[in-house]
Amino acid sequence: MALSTPDSEPRLFSGPAPGLRLVVLVALAIVLMVFDHRDQHLARIRSYLAAALYPLQEAVDAPSTAGRWLTEKLTARDRLIEENAGLKRELLLERGQLQRMAALEAENARMRALLDSTAKVGDKALIAEILSVDMDRLRHRVVLNRGGRDGVFVGQAIIDARGVVGQVTRDRGNSSEALLITDPDHAVPVEIVRNGLRSIALGTGDLERLSLPFLARNSDVKAGDLLVSSGLGGSFPAGYPVATVQDVRGDSGEPFLVVTARPTAALDRIREVLLVQPPPAEVAAPPDDSPLPPPPPAASRSGQPAAPSPPAATTAPAPATSRPAAAPAAAPAAAPATPPAAGPEE
Amino acid sequence: MSRNRASPLMLWVTLLGALALAIVPLPTAAEPFRPPFLTMAVIYWTMMWPRLCGLLTAFIAGLLLDVLHGNLLGQHALALVVVSFLTLRFHLQIRNFPLWQLTAAATLLMAIDTFFVFWSDGIAGDPTGGLARWATVLAGAVAWAPAMALLDNLRLRSENRSKRFS
Repeated sequence: MALSTPDSEPRLFSGPAPGLRLVVLVALAIVLMVFDHRDQHLARIRSYLAAALYPLQEAVDAPSTAGRWLTEKLTARDRLIEENAGLKRELLLERGQLQRMAALEAENARMRALLDSTAKVGDKALIAEILSVDMDRLRHRVVLNRGGRDGVFVGQAIIDARGVVGQVTRDRGNSSEALLITDPDHAVPVEIVRNGLRSIALGTGDLERLSLPFLARNSDVKAGDLLVSSGLGGSFPAGYPVATVQDVRGDSGEPFLVVTARPTAALDRIREVLLVQPPPAEVAAPPDDSPLPPPPPAASRSGQPAAPSPPAATTAPAPATSRPAAAPAAAPAAAPATPPAAGPEE
Repeated sequence: MSRNRASPLMLWVTLLGALALAIVPLPTAAEPFRPPFLTMAVIYWTMMWPRLCGLLTAFIAGLLLDVLHGNLLGQHALALVVVSFLTLRFHLQIRNFPLWQLTAAATLLMAIDTFFVFWSDGIAGDPTGGLARWATVLAGAVAWAPAMALLDNLRLRSENRSKRFS
C-alpha cells in the first residue's frame, strides 16, 4: 500500500521517491561492504571518519579517566609513599634480574654469532592507553590513543606487563584499532617453554580462553605449561609470554588434543600497554622471497596506501591472514627463518 | 504546524547521544543486553519527523556506527536504511498505535535490523554470535517505552521552541 494520505504525501519527499532512495542507498551500502571486505581501498575514508569521531570516543572515555584521576588525587599521602616504596623495591628486583638478563643476552648474541644466525636486538617500545570504549560485541577489538603519527603501524605487536595482548589492525592517524589475541579471527604462533613444541594459539571469543587445536594426541603438553610467542610468522617478537595451558583433553578417536589456555595478560582490565617495535633485523623474515641480501628497512610496502608507516613497518600480515602465514609453524624445525643479516644495531 | 519548522539540531544531538551510548563500556556479562540505541533513535525520528530524518540520515548514522564498532563499512548503514524505509512507509499507522503495539512494531523493526547485520556478518565470514545476538532485540523492547518517553519530551520541547522563536 502506498503512502496516500493527502496531507503527508506531496510535501513529504522533496527528492526522489523513498523506494528509489532505498535502492540507491542499499546498493551503496553493499558496494561499500564489498570493497571494505576485499581490500583496503576504504582505509582512508574510514580513517577520516574515525578521526572525526575520535572526540566522541574520548568523551565516552572521559568519565573513567576522570575517575582514575580523582582516585589519584584523593589517595592519602602515606598510601602514596607506601606505594612508592613498594614500586622502588619492585624496580630494584627487576633491575637485578635485568643485569643477569643483560649478561645472558650478550652470551646469546655471541652464541648466535657462532651459529651464524641473527642476533636478537632489544625491542623498543611505545606506551599507549586503551580507551574504555566498547566496540563490536562479538569481536575483541580495542581503541588505542596512539596512531601513525606516534609511530604506530599496522601489525605492530602489543604487550602489557604480563604478556602479549594483541596487534594493531588499523591506523587512524592519532589513534589506532587493535585486535586482542582472544578475538575469534586472531592467531598467535606460540611455543611451549618447557620443551619448545610449537603450535598456534587461536582466539575463541572468550577473554579468558585461547585454544590450541593443532596438537597431535601424542604431543607433550600439560596443564600449567607456559606458552610464549615463537616469533614465527613475523608479527610477534619471540619470547613474550602468551598464555598458560589450562586444560588438556584427548578423546580416543580424535586425532588432535583439545587444549585450552588462559592468556597471561589481564585482557579485560588492562589500561596501559606497550607497543613493541620489532628490531630491524627480525622484520623481513617471512614474506620476502629473497633470502640473501639484508633487507633495506626503508622498502615500504606498496599494498598499504593508508599507513605512512615508519621504516620498520614491513611484515604485518593482516590478522585474518596471519593464520595461514603461521601455519607452517606446526611443522617442526623451521628454525632459521631469518636471513643471515648479522644483526646490525641501528 | 510546528513540525515544519522543527530544527534538525535535536535530531543530531540525540543521534550522537545514541552513538555514544552504543560504545559506553559495559561489563562483559551485560554487553549482550545493550539495547540498540541508534536503531531506536532512527525508528523514533523517522516515525515522528519523517521529513527531517529519512533514509539518508539513517545511512549516515549507520556508517558512523560501523566506524565506531570497527565493522565492515556499510553493515549498519544497510540495516538502518532498510529499517528507516519500513518505518517511513508505515509511519502514519505506527505513530497512532497505543504504546504496547508501538513497542511491538519497534521490536519487529529492531529484529529486522539485527537480522541484516547478522546476515552481512555471515556473508563476510565474521563471527555471528548465535542466539545471544538476539538478546539485544529483547533489551531494545524493554527499553523502548522509557526511551520513547524521553525522546517525546525532547521533541516536544524542540517543537515548542521553534514555534516560539520563529
